[in-house]
Amino acid sequence: MTDPIRDEWYPVALVSQLGPEGRDTRLLGEPVRVAWHGGAITVTSGGRSLPSQQRYGHVWACPGTPQRPLFDIPEADQPGRRLVDVGLVRVKCSPLRAVENFLDIAHFPFVHTDILGAEPHTEVGRYDVAIREEVDEVWATKVHFYQPQAAKSAAGGITTEYMYRVPAPTVSILYKTCPPRPGEWDVITLFVQPLDEELCEVWPWMALFDDDTPMTDLIHFQQTIFLQDRSILENQLPHRLPLDPGLEIPTRADLTSVAYRRWLKRRGYTYGAQLVAA
Amino acid sequence: MILYDYVLSPDCYKIRLLAALTGAKLTLRAVDFHPGGEHRSPAFLAINPAGTIPVMQDASLTLTDSAAILTYVAARSGPAWLGDDTPEMRARVALWLAFAQRLSASIGKARTHDMLQKPADIVACRKAGVQCLREIEAALVERHLMGDAFLAGNRPTLADIACFPHSMLAPDGGISVDAYPAIRLWTRAIRALPGFVEMPGIHRLHDLKPEPAGVQA
Repeated sequence: MTDPIRDEWYPVALVSQLGPEGRDTRLLGEPVRVAWHGGAITVTSGGRSLPSQQRYGHVWACPGTPQRPLFDIPEADQPGRRLVDVGLVRVKCSPLRAVENFLDIAHFPFVHTDILGAEPHTEVGRYDVAIREEVDEVWATKVHFYQPQAAKSAAGGITTEYMYRVPAPTVSILYKTCPPRPGEWDVITLFVQPLDEELCEVWPWMALFDDDTPMTDLIHFQQTIFLQDRSILENQLPHRLPLDPGLEIPTRADLTSVAYRRWLKRRGYTYGAQLVAA
Repeated sequence: MILYDYVLSPDCYKIRLLAALTGAKLTLRAVDFHPGGEHRSPAFLAINPAGTIPVMQDASLTLTDSAAILTYVAARSGPAWLGDDTPEMRARVALWLAFAQRLSASIGKARTHDMLQKPADIVACRKAGVQCLREIEAALVERHLMGDAFLAGNRPTLADIACFPHSMLAPDGGISVDAYPAIRLWTRAIRALPGFVEMPGIHRLHDLKPEPAGVQA
């Protein structure tokens, strides 16, 4: 029998930072070991070898039986992009909360003040949201927002266009206007490793067109953004993401979140979720 | 003045904050502390054999200790921050600059452990962190009774800059600050200073911003 939670792929390590000592970590509450064997990386749990692969700078593992290949990010192989390993950040929150926060735009002026948003430009305009049945992913498109410093490569305030994509329950991919290369999208991802239902490790990763900014500045820019989110995420209540539609009253700006929650519920992905109001 | 800097480091933030408050001009050199571990690289160890950040270079001077850097920036750009009004104030500033090392060793370590998975004895770090916060709370209450709002006297000094960041970031390391009303008032007073800059986990006071145009209070 398939298990919609165990059969997903999850990030468990950064390939570039996996030392000879390996890494002892957790996945869905169970101990996991990531280690080098010869030139290859293996992932084991309780003496059992887990299906694993290396992609997008990270080691991915599946605790159950993979039902589909790891999601594709075609831009990752596009020549000229800088691939940025931002590194793990542990957050005491539900893995689903971490993804949902990444999908939200309305908090930008208040949490990422003067970077991703600024008062009084707080309005979230209309955008489109769909659960794309043919690929089984959540997409939000035509999202526009005024940003004082949209990226490290942005010289001043611009109206940025965004697309959000959720290709797996604990993964979110953001496509946004690329200041130095109009017509292309910068790719910014959030790969979330669920340690427990209320504890996760988050691995931001980026594929950008930016030939000028030093790599460390790109890392620091993204760490700044994500660490501003962390202190908010650790204080969200209830700790588990409510999937009961009666519990909260969403506004138009929350459409992506509504679709994400609906999609999780439909797929039976409930790890880190609250099904019935406590 | 060149500052070897990491955006998430409270000790680096102290220097950026003081520079912002005094108008000192810093040239920032980003150090890939996490995930790259650049502070342990041979090139960085040649600058600071201790492998710690922040480090400041200015002409022939290399400073590898945050108290020394704060003292230098203040002496150059804002001597009032040295707190030389009275012998007592000067002594208190020296005391709190030294005390800040205990904050880094407790709250600072708890924070990098919880956030970035750096090794630490987390129980011992949190326990020592709570003890530090209790000492700051008691000192602030005592100063309030004397009519002073800041750690070394009736105006902000390096003492406040040195102890403010870790006091605010304690929740990042699983240490609650809910029990310390004097600390809360004091950190609010610091965040209200003209020229204040934030760091992740230390938010600005949104209620001090002017009302958006066209909105009635």
